[in-house]
Amino acid sequence: MSIMELNGGSVIAMVGKDCVAIAADMRLGNQALGISSKFERIFPVTDRIYLGLPGLATDVATLRERFRFRVNMYTIKEEREIQPETFAHLVSSTLYEHRFGPYFIEPVMAGISKTPSGAVKPFIAATDLIGCLNFAKDFVVAGTASTKLYGVAEGLWEPDLEPEDLFETISQTLLNATDRDAFSGWGCIVHIITKDKVVTRTLKGRMD
Amino acid sequence: METSFALTGKGYVIVAADTTSARSIVKMKVDEDKIKTLSPHLLMAYSGEPGDTVQFAEYVERNIRLYQIRNIYPLRPSAAASWIRRSLAESLRSRKPYSVNLLLGGYDTATFDPHLYWIDYLGTISEVPFAAHGYGAYFALSLLDRYHDPSASLEEGLATLKRCIDEVSKRLVVSPGKYKVKIVDKDGVREVEL
Repeated sequence: MSIMELNGGSVIAMVGKDCVAIAADMRLGNQALGISSKFERIFPVTDRIYLGLPGLATDVATLRERFRFRVNMYTIKEEREIQPETFAHLVSSTLYEHRFGPYFIEPVMAGISKTPSGAVKPFIAATDLIGCLNFAKDFVVAGTASTKLYGVAEGLWEPDLEPEDLFETISQTLLNATDRDAFSGWGCIVHIITKDKVVTRTLKGRMD
Repeated sequence: METSFALTGKGYVIVAADTTSARSIVKMKVDEDKIKTLSPHLLMAYSGEPGDTVQFAEYVERNIRLYQIRNIYPLRPSAAASWIRRSLAESLRSRKPYSVNLLLGGYDTATFDPHLYWIDYLGTISEVPFAAHGYGAYFALSLLDRYHDPSASLEEGLATLKRCIDEVSKRLVVSPGKYKVKIVDKDGVREVEL
């Protein structure tokens, strides 16, 4: 019995053309017993940054509270919104503070950053449970279905997808990967982040 | 073994817990009340490590009461649930964590709707339409998937609960004998006989 697989759940993030997507399943379980099919593990950090927290469910709630506090403190002290790159390092250092008694979470984040010239740059990143950052150009995965997500994403993802095509790609990737994982599934939630809006959709999945 | 159920319906939450207090293979007591009334519209069923359960439940009870005395108004169900979860999550990474599982049922007098929270000893929280703890959960949850109706009347809700209790009595080897059933709705908390 691994503590990372106790509650189940998976998150994936993908890069598109001037947009990013982040998606997660909605299952909360206790080993093989399903408890809830409406468990949220993706949270908005700012209007342009979303954070996914797959792993131990108690730490999902704890870290969500912690990041909300730290981002609020940053916003007040700096008098500006946090940028995705900065936020990724905030996540990393928060997790590394607990290096020898970690939170059992592997965060995935997606956001859109503004370059000095005013252009937008999609941003995704993931870390392990002690905060080792992984900046990817294509997609990042985490959770109990991560191995399956790698396989499907590797086959479906292509560069410069428009928001609607990216939605289809990330949805099919997550749906098909979680169908092969007993600890993930029970419906999905997908966020598509573009420079001026965020579209959130919930998907029906297999209920077994 | 210890079992507790809870389900929501149209304007109410029903919380039920068995009444046995066991130590090892011996039943020490058969009329233990394991559902605490935290505030006029809030119920909490607790189970887990004997000793921890009562200690933690009383700690929660007193703190919820203290909040009500200080602020005139009691905590709403979602706020109470968050506070209780945090207490458990902080305890989890302490030298001696509480090992207590909870079902928190409440009626929100501001928005007029019932809420039910499933909380375990790790501090995992989830708002659910129905929930169960203990070995009974393996039988009751699948039954509730089939028969639970969030818009059911109180009579229908109690009938569904009866089904759960009967199924656990029939199929579980170490099934408890008696249950205490409490209801929380707009009129507050009351106990009913099944």
